[in-house]
Amino acid sequence: MLGDPGMSRRSADVVVVGGGIVGAACAYECAAGGLSVMVIEESVVGGGATAAGMGHIVVMDDSEAQFQLTSLSEKMWNERVGAMPAGVEHLPCGTLWVAADEEEMAEVRRKQAFYEARGVPVEVLDRRQLEEAEPHLRKDMAGGLLVPGDSVVYPPVAVSWMLRECGATVVSGLGVITLRDGGVTLSDGEVIQAGVVVNAAGAKAVRLTPGIPVAPRKGHLVITDRYPGFVRHQLIELGYLKSAHSSSGDSVAFNAQPRKTGQVLIGSSRQYGVEHSGVDRPILSRMLRRAAEYMPEITGLTAIRTWTGFRAATPDKLPLIGPVPGTQREWLATGHEGLGITTSLGTGRLLADQILKRTPPIPVEPYLPGRCMHE
Amino acid sequence: MNRRVTVIVDGRPLQVDVGTTVAAALWNAGVTAFRHSVTGEERAPLCGMGICFECRVTIDGVEHCRSCQTLCADGMQVKTS
Amino acid sequence: MRRWDVVVVGAGPAGIAAACGAAESGARVLVLDDNPAAGGQIWRNDAAQPWLERFAESGAELRTGCVATDTLPEARSYVLATGARELFVPFPGWTLPGAFGLGGMQALVKSGLEVAGKRVVVAGSGPLLLAVASLLRKRGAAVAAVVEQAGRTAMAEFGVRLLMEPEKLGQGAGLMMSLWGVPFYTGSWVESAMGRGRVERVRMRCGGRVVEQDCDAVAVGYGLLPNTELAALLGCHLAEGTVVVDEWQETSVDGVYAAGEVTGIGGVEKSLVEGEIAGLAAAGLQGQAQRLFAKRAKTHSFADGLARAFAPRAELRKLAQTDTLVCRCEDVTRGALEGMKSWREAKLQTRCGMGPCQGRVCGGATRFLFGWGADSMRPPVFPVKVESLIETRQS
Repeated sequence: MLGDPGMSRRSADVVVVGGGIVGAACAYECAAGGLSVMVIEESVVGGGATAAGMGHIVVMDDSEAQFQLTSLSEKMWNERVGAMPAGVEHLPCGTLWVAADEEEMAEVRRKQAFYEARGVPVEVLDRRQLEEAEPHLRKDMAGGLLVPGDSVVYPPVAVSWMLRECGATVVSGLGVITLRDGGVTLSDGEVIQAGVVVNAAGAKAVRLTPGIPVAPRKGHLVITDRYPGFVRHQLIELGYLKSAHSSSGDSVAFNAQPRKTGQVLIGSSRQYGVEHSGVDRPILSRMLRRAAEYMPEITGLTAIRTWTGFRAATPDKLPLIGPVPGTQREWLATGHEGLGITTSLGTGRLLADQILKRTPPIPVEPYLPGRCMHE
Repeated sequence: MNRRVTVIVDGRPLQVDVGTTVAAALWNAGVTAFRHSVTGEERAPLCGMGICFECRVTIDGVEHCRSCQTLCADGMQVKTS
Repeated sequence: MRRWDVVVVGAGPAGIAAACGAAESGARVLVLDDNPAAGGQIWRNDAAQPWLERFAESGAELRTGCVATDTLPEARSYVLATGARELFVPFPGWTLPGAFGLGGMQALVKSGLEVAGKRVVVAGSGPLLLAVASLLRKRGAAVAAVVEQAGRTAMAEFGVRLLMEPEKLGQGAGLMMSLWGVPFYTGSWVESAMGRGRVERVRMRCGGRVVEQDCDAVAVGYGLLPNTELAALLGCHLAEGTVVVDEWQETSVDGVYAAGEVTGIGGVEKSLVEGEIAGLAAAGLQGQAQRLFAKRAKTHSFADGLARAFAPRAELRKLAQTDTLVCRCEDVTRGALEGMKSWREAKLQTRCGMGPCQGRVCGGATRFLFGWGADSMRPPVFPVKVESLIETRQS
């Protein structure tokens, strides 16, 4: 597969650009398939959107394709997480979709039907059961849907574990200047030849592969000091669907997560067309006000850090996994939006299966870049 | 003579001079475990100036208060953890 | 209309001098401080301090117990006088109750901690050692030893500099007299602290010899580090861990001034003169400020001498063992940090610096141990209630 063997250049069967969770998962699966792998990370592995996200492992019901990828991925997480170090902070807390009113309870029942039809255990909670499950939620919520199989992890440690385990060569602290069919040029001028180049640079992927339909979608999070038991499940308001689905304009939603440390992670916000990575006070304020509407006592907790990150959003909410149309050796693994931690493992699997021409566990067509890109 | 106030430390009343911080009051009363660290070690004040967060206690029901930055007040309820 | 002309952050010597400089000329001045009272660390509970009396008369408004965030009240200009914290160098036993910082011991004693009859070992580096030892003795403690890491030669050089500033030499001599009879070791340091549930004994390396000393407490601090977090968050240019300022004490951000330890460690005289210049300049009184430039230059030369004489020695990097904690919020050992290439990587992979002190203790320690640089700064500059992140601006 390799280029001219007479050259003393570094090379690998697969060069992955981007050492986030998606890049690490791609490296892990490719290496498991017997390929030599090099990962190029311009900063620190696991330090981009991977570190900025909530680390929520969740099965989603937005579309059949989204369900299949999240479901496959969650199974892979469950199989693998036991081997990972304690620093991965795996917490099997489940997801609790919170319905504020009867209209949202209708959505609870729709989701229930969707999940049950596909064999995902769920439990509908009424007002009283919800109050028991989450005592700090406002008392007048209508109910909720508990998905007990979902969980929470701390992804940067999963990244370093996967890269270590798979034996990939990791080049960090150097950016990639150009990426072409069959190789990359690093910021120090080194040219690395590759059988396949995988652009897994998240929201930055578009800089190296112009024309891909990936746009940065900025998010904010806040983490508190340790308050064990204050939040018990990953809580998401069902209004989240409405805001997550609007593809323009800023939005916030109530999202609170228990960390294994006892800390509470509070989200979420979504902004398009914002380039600067600084904390945006007005949107942070809106986000926390929304959280306080659902959990009034959250305002009394001590916040120790806030930060932002950029999700790689696509128009149809599905990632791009596969070759760039018109090329043989330039591949994409990006566009995971807010689900990158969950879907990273499935992405790695589908990518490696395609490269190695194996039969993938789920159809790959919904995720192929060709669906929304042309030569 | 200095004016005194009474604070309640883990249920025990303690008389201290006005102007004394909670950290000083606790240490004077023989408290060495202000809190337990994330791996269970006993901890007491280090920096004395609000930087290190080692001296955190619960004051009047509010967790994670820096005792070195809080003056004792009459009737204040202090809990170590 | 804006309520304030100048907002000063920090009510230590620099902040107080800045507030006086600005307020005495008629500017509307607000001073914010996290501590329960004005005075900073050095004048904590020091009601007789003339500067505090002057400050009280100046017309400046003071808000204490108030965590400054990047959403400061609106003003024409700002003076950052956020002071410094201690450099803590981890050693075995430094997390035991009874192992205090050096400035920490001073602050605690000034806020009511009783030391009468207690045996205390005072260790670390710099002029603060003698000041703290003297304070402890005045409060009835038995100072068991004063342990200075700087060698005799470096100290002597610094002493020669002091000869050129008789006022400071006088202070130093006075302190030495007050410590008559206390063992004073130079080129020495505390290697470890031991005890069941609290410090009962320390082991010291005194000029090649190991000396054990029973004690009730140990106070250790290796000098000061500027508190640059707020300045960084406001976008001020930093260099070598200090805020960069021009001759008017103005930072790289228009209308934001900085004074005192935050621009470089140099003691109370430097803080006062920089504060005054910053306060006057912030209030638009450049002419008056300029008259203080010569005085400031003298304090800067003292600060340079201080930094040279008391620079922490390389041996101190070896005190922390594999199982010694470096990050006390998250209990991260030195061993867990070995192999990490940067502060950012350490934070991501080990939780070092991820606790409520936001790296204020372990950040300085790891910079000293491993040479790591700082990460970018994000709000809140200090842990605050979630509700205070909801309000967008204080007034």
